[in-house]
Amino acid sequence: MATTTVDMTALSAQHTSEAANKRSRARHWAQWRLKAYGIAAIMLAALALGILISTVIVRATTVFYEYYISLDTMIEVAEGDRARLADPNPRVRVGLDKVTRTALLAKVERDLSRNERRDLGRLLSTDAGLELGDAVKADMGLIGQRYLYPALLDDEVQMYLKGAIGRLQDAGTAGPLELTEEGDEIRLSFEPGAMATAREVLAEQRGIKARAARAEVARQENAIAATRASLAAAAQAQAEEDEEGAETASLQSALDAFIARRDRARELAEALQAKSADPAAVFDLTGDDPSVLIRTSGGWLKLSELGPEDAKAAVMEPLSTFGEAEPGAWEAFYLARPEVSRNLNDRQIVWVETFKRMGFVFSSLNTRLLSSSDSSNAELAGIWGAMVGSFWTMIVTFCLAFPIGVMAAIYLEEFAPKNRLTDFIEVNINNLAAVSSIVFGLFGITVLITGVKLFDVQLFDGLLRAIIDDPRSTPLAGGFVLALMSLPTIIIAARASIRAVPPSIRDAALGIGASKLQTSTHHVLPLAMPGILTGSIIAMAQALGETAPLIIIGMNSFIQEAPSTPFDKGNVLPSLIYLWNNNSERLFDGKTAAAIVVLLIFLIAMNALAVLLRKRFERRW
Amino acid sequence: MLSLSLLAIVMLAMVGFAMGRSRAVAVAPAGHASLHSRPSYHGLYCLLWVLIVGLGVFVLLDMVMTSHKTSAVYALIQSQAPELSEIQTQLVFLDASKIAVEGEAAVVSSRDALRILVAELYAEKTALLSWIVSIGALAAAAASFAVTYRQIDAGFRARNRAERILRGILWISATIAILTTIGIVLALLGETLNFFIDQIDGQWAAFFFGTTWSPLSGVHEGELDPAKVGSIPLFAGTLMITVIAMLVAVPIGLFAAIYLSDFAGPRVRSWAKPMIEILAGIPTVVYGFFAAITVAPFVRDAGQAIGLDVSAQSALAAGVVMGIMIIPFISSLSDDVINAVPQSLRDGSYGLGATKAETMRKVILPAALPGIVSAVLLGVSRAVGETMIVVMAAGQGANLTWNPLEEVTTVTVQIVMLILGDTDASTAAGPAYTLGFVLFFVTLVLNIIALRIVRRYREMYD
Amino acid sequence: MQDVEVQNDIKFRARGVDVFYGDNQAIKSVDIDIEDRAVTAFIGPSGCGKSTFLRCLNRMNDTIDICRVMGEIRLDGDDIYARDIDPVQLRARVGMVFQKPNPFPKSIYDNVAYGPRIHGLASTRIELDDIVEQSLKRAAIWAEVKDRLDAPGTGLSGGQQQRLCIARAVATAPEVLLMDEPCSALDPIATAQVEELIDELRESYSVVIVTHSMQQAARVSQKTAFFHLGEVLEYGETGKIFTNPDHEKTQQYITGRFG
Repeated sequence: MATTTVDMTALSAQHTSEAANKRSRARHWAQWRLKAYGIAAIMLAALALGILISTVIVRATTVFYEYYISLDTMIEVAEGDRARLADPNPRVRVGLDKVTRTALLAKVERDLSRNERRDLGRLLSTDAGLELGDAVKADMGLIGQRYLYPALLDDEVQMYLKGAIGRLQDAGTAGPLELTEEGDEIRLSFEPGAMATAREVLAEQRGIKARAARAEVARQENAIAATRASLAAAAQAQAEEDEEGAETASLQSALDAFIARRDRARELAEALQAKSADPAAVFDLTGDDPSVLIRTSGGWLKLSELGPEDAKAAVMEPLSTFGEAEPGAWEAFYLARPEVSRNLNDRQIVWVETFKRMGFVFSSLNTRLLSSSDSSNAELAGIWGAMVGSFWTMIVTFCLAFPIGVMAAIYLEEFAPKNRLTDFIEVNINNLAAVSSIVFGLFGITVLITGVKLFDVQLFDGLLRAIIDDPRSTPLAGGFVLALMSLPTIIIAARASIRAVPPSIRDAALGIGASKLQTSTHHVLPLAMPGILTGSIIAMAQALGETAPLIIIGMNSFIQEAPSTPFDKGNVLPSLIYLWNNNSERLFDGKTAAAIVVLLIFLIAMNALAVLLRKRFERRW
Repeated sequence: MLSLSLLAIVMLAMVGFAMGRSRAVAVAPAGHASLHSRPSYHGLYCLLWVLIVGLGVFVLLDMVMTSHKTSAVYALIQSQAPELSEIQTQLVFLDASKIAVEGEAAVVSSRDALRILVAELYAEKTALLSWIVSIGALAAAAASFAVTYRQIDAGFRARNRAERILRGILWISATIAILTTIGIVLALLGETLNFFIDQIDGQWAAFFFGTTWSPLSGVHEGELDPAKVGSIPLFAGTLMITVIAMLVAVPIGLFAAIYLSDFAGPRVRSWAKPMIEILAGIPTVVYGFFAAITVAPFVRDAGQAIGLDVSAQSALAAGVVMGIMIIPFISSLSDDVINAVPQSLRDGSYGLGATKAETMRKVILPAALPGIVSAVLLGVSRAVGETMIVVMAAGQGANLTWNPLEEVTTVTVQIVMLILGDTDASTAAGPAYTLGFVLFFVTLVLNIIALRIVRRYREMYD
Repeated sequence: MQDVEVQNDIKFRARGVDVFYGDNQAIKSVDIDIEDRAVTAFIGPSGCGKSTFLRCLNRMNDTIDICRVMGEIRLDGDDIYARDIDPVQLRARVGMVFQKPNPFPKSIYDNVAYGPRIHGLASTRIELDDIVEQSLKRAAIWAEVKDRLDAPGTGLSGGQQQRLCIARAVATAPEVLLMDEPCSALDPIATAQVEELIDELRESYSVVIVTHSMQQAARVSQKTAFFHLGEVLEYGETGKIFTNPDHEKTQQYITGRFG
């Protein structure tokens, strides 16, 4: 240690010095900073939660409604179908597709080509005929009657009606429109300045295409420069060593090809640029352009060419008259997404728009989402089957995990001697609580379903095979796995609340001659029960959201029916969410989010129940 | 039939209870007081034995007979149609069992002569099984009732015996945790050994140090190519996503815990703590959806906006979302350990004129450090074992890269892909279970270390 | 309450101090003057507010959310509850030693150096070493720990720990030392050592000690204040309080009739 140099009594004066004040400001600033980090951390967590929840809810609202078209049907049934309709078994279903198709055709009021019929038929959901069959089955008196039937629309049409594919937007309706028939085509002329929006959109799109073409020119330029360089190098090598010119020839032809491509791209870019800049340009409209549609005189036209004051068009739906349409008697629309990049063609969109304008299309609250089970058709799929599967799985989980967990907790808290085995049990419980869920999945599929094999010797068969021939993807198997997963949570919670019961209660019971088991079951357990139940409900909520082990034991299979017992194959909500998320049909996006909302509601309800239980019965000793 | 006999055993047990109790009353020479145990305990003793013996014999016979039935039916299928592959044989078995149980209503792939024939045998064996199991179990239950009933007399210590049985049942419940661990190890060990010894001919180094992972390419049955089972890309991918997750979760979780434990007022605490708990309660599949639908496209668009090439399923997106999932984990465990630091240490520091921040940094955090370290370790173990987020938002291509904007794959993703893939299940099981074993082992070690640290930490302040 | 004869400078001057915990009033209009370079003892039955009042003197009550302090306390003439007073700086001037020894889980050296470090009292390592040494010497523990300054402070015995905490408080170079029952967790030998230490500290500091032990108050203090139900019933020369108290309650308490 150093020799004495500091006068401690003099140091006291430092606390009130100016330097100390300055230092104190810096120290408070540091404190403020730490606080700010903390607040920022909480805000970030809240932000993440907020974005997550709002993403899910916003997406879920897109499937809140579903769209129907009302069809004026004449229920005519073939003889064979009549018998099957009379069959009381609800599984025997009859598809009255002919009836729905006829009714839909009647709405178009003209003869359609084969392709047009097919396109029209695709506006309806695949099951529209089957569901009409179900309606007739419920009321056989409908046969031979007229019946106003709301038919579910196809998922693509539903997406269009929700605006997910884009909406028809005004293309610049102004002034009168002159229509003249020229062979197959219609010639349109209008005031300069009308159709301005459509022209802007097309010009802009030409500009984008020109930019792409110029990028192509640049790419080809690079290729040309590189090829020229290698050509020069090859020529030099040839001059020096006098080799054959095969390589040079192939390089030369490649060079020619690049040059040709560049020139084509350059021409295209120039032409497109000129179109885009020219106020008097005449645009050709093809399948990869935005569609421009005109509605007038009860029919629809689709533009194939658009100039500044005139246009050419093809008839989509026939017009009643030609000649001049007054301002207000016609409307021009464009749909920004080109026909090639959507699943509904212009004709189908025109039909949907027509039906919509005629008031046939209506939306209704989507109860199907809750009441129907999984389907490969997005518009038909619902979560009922998965909810039932989750219900059975939870029942199995609870019936296994709760009693075993409580008994284990009683043993460990009240009976277990302090020895190595008890320690080992404890270590195991803590570790199991943290083992990855997918490992439980592997454990489940092996021990319960396929059986354990060691070096090609089958040690034992899958345990559940003694009960069901194929236990894969049954709620029973899922419940077993989830029970083992929630067991540690339940045991830990149960032990904590058993430990919270004061020893005086045990002493009192033991003191009047009760056995240890009687003390535990008559006195300790009832007092600890609210705590045990709270912990168990939270464990069940965790199990309800568990996915990975269940898809490992096969609950990701496509299953169309709700399981009627825990022994039938089924899905659970989380595995259905996983399945739907993998599906490419876009309507499933919204349905996945809706399924998540339902799952979250269940979880919130369970946690709220646990909180309520805790508040209601919480006892401080 | 089987459920009826189960019901019968339970009824018999209840009858045993009633009869045992009344016999106890009858044998008491001078009223209840002369009995060693109250009459109910004599009844309980009978009930327990009937149930245990009856159900035990039932399960035992059922397992034996089921295995007999299964092998007999498979033997018939193989003798009738030896040309069928294993999967086809299984299909025939399932169809036949459905036909046997449901008859005409059964929905099956076909109803050929083979299936009808097999279904007949199946039905016959099922009937045999039901009879043997039912009669055997009931007989055993009745026998145990007879034995226990005759034991009853005034001096018989029924309560002690019944309680010993019940204690045994409690003990068995407690040991299920051990059985599960053993079961996990056994379940994983078989296929793991099979993988190392048979499938890659003992070239274990190829698995641990190889850098090419595509175990099933070009493989139909059995043998794998040791050159294609290198798991380094999977470990690297898992590591990268874990590191990203911890970079998100540790600062946010720790700062939130620091703020909530020592700085926030009760108002902020009352909403912030439940908010973080909600984050903990959201199922991982929802996080996966969020990562795939919102975060991954956002990361890609943001990357493109600043001229970076980001793949549609980047390690970054999966890692960030996984980090969000782990925030509550870190924050609640850290909150616990920070609160466990005694108030007297805080007072000591404040009394010397330290600010709250100085007290936190120089006294509380160093004291709580072991607990925080173990929280982080548990968080890492969580991240390594997390499945759904990476399955839905990370990639499937085994890509050895340091770039978090590229697609990587993880151990858990590959397990899911192997198990759910359409390759022959017994071939895919080898690599899948080996990865599962590695995962189990790594998380086990992390957990044990973390729990050790926590235990020592608790002892310090108790 | 009688007037007190002033011998030394007044360090603390408290007037009309009320303290509330939520709706409960813990201290009722306390007036007291605490002298410099003297030991003042607060005595009284449990829950009488003596510790609460002690914690008002360095604003330790600020760390309790529900606690409100009213009235006026002046340190060397400055109101310590004034807006421009930084409680952190105040506590550097008014050090505190607690009932239970609470060394930080750090080395003995780091425990003592903690205060000088956060207040920037030493500019070099040599100076810091010197402050640590002087403080440990002043706390009469230097001889016992000088060879193991790197050992954890939590490894010392109870009496040593408490003296270490006193050294830690001394190292911050305070003007006043507040001691909240510093000997209640110690055995008689350690208590004697700490009492001896308090007597020595009187030469450089104003020491305020809360104690349950009347003998201790009589042994170490020059002035004694008797607290009862949140009020100061009597304040004066220690000798007078213990031999000839004015107040009947004081008499009863001192003779052990309640407490």
